Amino acid sequence: MIMGYDKRFDGRKQYEMRPMSAKVGVVPRADGSAMFQIGKTTAIAAVYGPRDLHPKFLQNPRGGLLRCHYSMMPFSGHGERVRPGQNRRAKEISRVMEASLRGVVDLNAFPNAVVDVFIELPQTDAGTRCAGICAASMALADAGLDMKDMVAAVSAGFVHDRIVADLTYEEEHYNEFAKGLKEEVHVADIPIACQVSNGEIVLLQMDGKVSAEFLAEALEVGKKACAEIGEVQRKALKERFTGGSL
Amino acid sequence: MNANLMNTTKEHILRGLDANVRLDGRKKEDYRAVSIEYDVSKSAEGSARVRCGQTEVLAGVKMAIEEPYPDTPDKGNLMVNAELSPLSSPEFETGPPSDWGIEVARITDRGIRESHALMPSTLCIESGKAVWSVSVDVVPICDSGNLLDMAGLVSIAALSHAHYPGVKDGNADYGTRTDKKLKLESTPLPVTVWAIGKHFIIDPLPEEEKAADARLTITTTADGTIVALQKGGSMPLKSEQINDMVKLALRVAKDLRHKLH
Amino acid sequence: MSDQLFVKDRDVVVPGETLATGLSYIPGQYMYREGNNIIAAKVGLVSVEGKVLKLVPLASPFIPKVGDVVIGVVEDVMLMGWRFNIGGPNSAVLNVKDATNEFIGRGVDLTQYFGLGDMVFCKIVNVTSQNLIDVTMRGPGLRKLDGGRVMRINPAKVPRVIGKDGTMTKMIMDETKTDIVIGQNGVIWISGSPEGEVKAANAIRKIDENAHMSGLTQAIKRFLEGGE
Repeated sequence: MIMGYDKRFDGRKQYEMRPMSAKVGVVPRADGSAMFQIGKTTAIAAVYGPRDLHPKFLQNPRGGLLRCHYSMMPFSGHGERVRPGQNRRAKEISRVMEASLRGVVDLNAFPNAVVDVFIELPQTDAGTRCAGICAASMALADAGLDMKDMVAAVSAGFVHDRIVADLTYEEEHYNEFAKGLKEEVHVADIPIACQVSNGEIVLLQMDGKVSAEFLAEALEVGKKACAEIGEVQRKALKERFTGGSL
Repeated sequence: MNANLMNTTKEHILRGLDANVRLDGRKKEDYRAVSIEYDVSKSAEGSARVRCGQTEVLAGVKMAIEEPYPDTPDKGNLMVNAELSPLSSPEFETGPPSDWGIEVARITDRGIRESHALMPSTLCIESGKAVWSVSVDVVPICDSGNLLDMAGLVSIAALSHAHYPGVKDGNADYGTRTDKKLKLESTPLPVTVWAIGKHFIIDPLPEEEKAADARLTITTTADGTIVALQKGGSMPLKSEQINDMVKLALRVAKDLRHKLH
Repeated sequence: MSDQLFVKDRDVVVPGETLATGLSYIPGQYMYREGNNIIAAKVGLVSVEGKVLKLVPLASPFIPKVGDVVIGVVEDVMLMGWRFNIGGPNSAVLNVKDATNEFIGRGVDLTQYFGLGDMVFCKIVNVTSQNLIDVTMRGPGLRKLDGGRVMRINPAKVPRVIGKDGTMTKMIMDETKTDIVIGQNGVIWISGSPEGEVKAANAIRKIDENAHMSGLTQAIKRFLEGGE
């Protein structure tokens, strides 16, 4: 009898996400900024722009350019120090983040300009690109850009025999951490980003192996989770603009 | 909203300094409120966050076991790095470290190294074979001036709360954290005195940094010993001025040191 | 499905939030229709007047329009005019013929009028589809701004700093004995005594941070009278 992954390492229920917190306006010098934390993964995003874009050949006369710059702080990884600088993984994540946000942000009013989004993570425990997207979306709204919706993201995953929501590092490396496994089992990391209001998917990736049925389940789990994250984002944005120090 | 040109002119800043009124109402020798938090990154062996007005800087310590350099078989390694992420200011760019970033890192490094705050001999595990390598990475989150001093303060804060990781098969086991803390022999703190015309100020705002003619970073330890100096800017300074700046830096360092615990 | 309103007057809304559903509601700027729903496209304060919905943005980049007055800094002196940095991705150009009411002959050294780094208060007269901006210095109040200090706020807060018919700015000027010039691009110039300028800047910063609140005018008045 093969035991499946029926009890998660941290005791969470199958579709339960880790505790989340969010704050908007954390980098006062930026045009917009936000922090998003899920479990032990924390992402800080700052938006600068619309501003001048160099080199000139990148300029688009039909509208502004959205650029993401994702970076993990050298001390934020799970093991050794991560050398700073734009490695291939960081570049790929930056491109994927841009694609997920470009669809909701309207930069037609800023031809030839650029909106730069910088994302830095001081500590990580999987789900980094997703946390980055959640923070970036709030930061763009904080900057007052025209957006048709907010974007949220979460890593759904397939671990051993079931879909779970919001993978941790240990779950991503299940074969290393699970006890009593006789042979390696399938694990898949499925980052999903959605437009919060209508659940339309703007980012989908997968590392690992999964069947079509489980993928379909992962998509539904991802959509629900993103709607939940959307509530956290909305609350953080509203908190920024209510109350005050008079 | 960029526009590096959109600043209050130097003449106007000087007019205010003549009346001892800075752009935010402070006096020339007033420091903004400074706060320190520890253990802000669970991924690091030690970490801290400092806030000074709206300036916010993080530092994280990572430790690894490596082979020592052949000419120092009993000594571990210390490296200080400052990544001036464009996240923190419209004036920083992506790409390799800028000259300013390198200077911030080197001034911070020099203070820690020259004061022997961390004795490389205490990092030796097995002579000639294995030593601890300690990296401190400084990352500003928001640059509203005074990064130099804050980089030094946050580095010491992070180091003072760093724990050795466990060891497994001759390598660091980052999953476990021991109770053994990194031993700091002293707490070197840099204080930079900035000269705008004939006025000296400390804890500058970004506009004041731009208007400055010269600066002197003075790193001192608790007993008042000067462990590092760095002059920047092209305006020459008289020796009397330098002595006055040192006195000011000693006073300020004492106040800052009280915040560490 | 009957028409329904999901927000009330003075609610803070975020992008993607459904404000109302039904064709009887009339969407305003910064909103869009999707099917029967009216959805917010910016972070802002909602105002509901009967069936008319309006959204006042709480943050916004500066979008240049003809008639806007802006504060800029000379970044280039050219043959036939000057180029100003007005804080955004696009510069503004002042042609020699719009610079002053006097006649400026050919070949005259233009830096006599405005040099690199000079700050000016000017008015936008043309914006092209590529956001190239033309400005003029001919008009009441438009001038070079000498001395003084500069601060920047979010362009969306400018109306609050100006106040109804300029009353908020006037109150700050009177209480701090300063001269204040406000650009629609969020750049503000303040000139007075060093202490007066600090107080005025702090008052404006308070408005920037609390623009969404009601009773703001009274609170700022108390702040200015009380001192800090």
